[in-house]
Amino acid sequence: MIKTIALRELKSLFLSPLAWTMLAITQFILCYQFLAQLETYLQIQAKLSVLENSPGITDLVIAPLLGGAAIVLLLIIPLLTMRSISEEQKNQTLPLLFSAPVSMSQIILGKYLGILGFLLILIAMISLMPLSLLLGASIDLGQMSAAVLGLCLIVAAFTAAGIYISTLTRQPAIAAVGSFGLLLFLWIINWAGTGADTGIEGQNILAWFSLLNHFEPLLKGVFSTADVVYYLLFIWLFLVMSIRRLDRLRLPH
Amino acid sequence: MDNEVLIEVSHLSRFYPGKHGIEERHDHIVAVDNISFTLQRGEILGFLGPNGAGKSTTMKMLTGNLAPSEGRIKIGRFDLMDDPVAAKALVGYLPDTPPLYRELTVDEYLFYCARLNRVARKDLKRAVQHSKERCGLTEHGKRVINNLSKGYQQRVGIAQAIIHAPDIVILDEPTVGLDPIQMIEIRKLIRELGENHSVMLSSHILPEIQTVCDNVQIINQGRLVFNAPIEQLNQQMNTQILRMRCSKTVDPKQLEKLDGIQAIEQDGESWLIEGRTESADNVPDIVRATNNPPNNTVQLSQQLVELSCQNHWGLYELSPVRRSLEDIFMSLTCTEPELTELSNENKGTEQETMKEAGHD
Repeated sequence: MIKTIALRELKSLFLSPLAWTMLAITQFILCYQFLAQLETYLQIQAKLSVLENSPGITDLVIAPLLGGAAIVLLLIIPLLTMRSISEEQKNQTLPLLFSAPVSMSQIILGKYLGILGFLLILIAMISLMPLSLLLGASIDLGQMSAAVLGLCLIVAAFTAAGIYISTLTRQPAIAAVGSFGLLLFLWIINWAGTGADTGIEGQNILAWFSLLNHFEPLLKGVFSTADVVYYLLFIWLFLVMSIRRLDRLRLPH
Repeated sequence: MDNEVLIEVSHLSRFYPGKHGIEERHDHIVAVDNISFTLQRGEILGFLGPNGAGKSTTMKMLTGNLAPSEGRIKIGRFDLMDDPVAAKALVGYLPDTPPLYRELTVDEYLFYCARLNRVARKDLKRAVQHSKERCGLTEHGKRVINNLSKGYQQRVGIAQAIIHAPDIVILDEPTVGLDPIQMIEIRKLIRELGENHSVMLSSHILPEIQTVCDNVQIINQGRLVFNAPIEQLNQQMNTQILRMRCSKTVDPKQLEKLDGIQAIEQDGESWLIEGRTESADNVPDIVRATNNPPNNTVQLSQQLVELSCQNHWGLYELSPVRRSLEDIFMSLTCTEPELTELSNENKGTEQETMKEAGHD
């Protein structure tokens, strides 16, 4: 049942020009970044080779590329998730799901996995760029897979949050702005107090909540269970809240 | 088997909190107020009511789209609250706005609906084909729903509701926005559905309910005000009044001599002759009058024909006056004090117009 809903979601995405536009624009922007970074690397390569323990192509090209991808996806995921529940509410198509023998969790998980499927296709396409370097250079595949895993996790977290916001409103545009605001806030939440060492207790907690703080180690190739668990908890929390929220739509309000 | 109860609704209510929030009971806006009824296998139940009477709300609760504030709903053997998935599998629902994914083609959409409703993979094709045939969509499978006309979109909505051959089909105003030919086709379809499913449909068009349904329920301001077989509703349309038209002058004094005459009125060229009812009460209390008094218009019309022959009045039309369904609908859905006022008023204005006509 989850699969049916997920496949429908994925199919509808590809039937709309939105998904294709997103794929094209993301690819174009990241490709430009990739080429620019590669050019810079080629210019400084000679100097770097003199140094000991110098950063390699994986550090200087691939990690920034995937970091940039996360920012681009932060911008476009709200536009993908805004449709999921809001649009169904607006077009009054939710009764189809509500009156079918499907549970609320199946609806949310189906929608979630459908959008995630699209984003994984997007990530696969992005990953092809660094992999093309294998033709002429050696890259640190371990670091790269950690970084790609990080990107997948952060994207999965963005999507879960986006779906939750989408259950809150009937207006897709509001859902998009809301999710974007929430994600950006969680991205920069560690800014408070990081400039000066104020010694405030809360500062570390705020930093721990930051989506970015858990993504950067993975980009550097540092795989820590705590980071992965952070993302999984984040996803779980927002999906559970979405399911509860969807259930509440039927209650008197 | 025939009397198998498919839907059992008991004391169903739904409130919306008023401005004081959910805790203040007296402040609630009541959409559906303590409704109980059952739907049996093979029954077509019409749900009548003016806009905002609670028809859609009741249907939404029956299909799990709204949670009831109070009361239980049993679908087949399953309680809708305790076992929603099993209960929902027995129901096909067409909401007031058909829930269509407009970017899909008819086939894609119906396949999706079939999968959602757990039609086995090997039966998918047949289910979609069958459902399209029944709704006259066979030619339109490859078309994108958005490009279909409103009538065809409505048909897709119905096709969606019957795709998994559910025991119960709930249709919320299925013929709204259709042209008369499509309306007739959809009604025919509903009749066919009634042969092997139970159908519940809402409407505010009385003739529709009259042609299609076995039983009728009238709901007003969230309350069930009438629940009976359609024959009873038809019976209510009968009056004791005969309309007589003659080519020559009629002597009202001769008419008054007849047995069992309650009143005689002249309406332009024709005469309205009202037979006496058994009940002495003059005000048509329709809710109580479901047990219609015996009709003595047959006897009366015979007498009138004889009288006309004797006096050479040149009788050329004699017909029973039927109360329009709209009248019944109005009188049932108006609250009772209003009802008496309304009927008195009507009487008054009728008499006045008659007097005027007489002076002319």
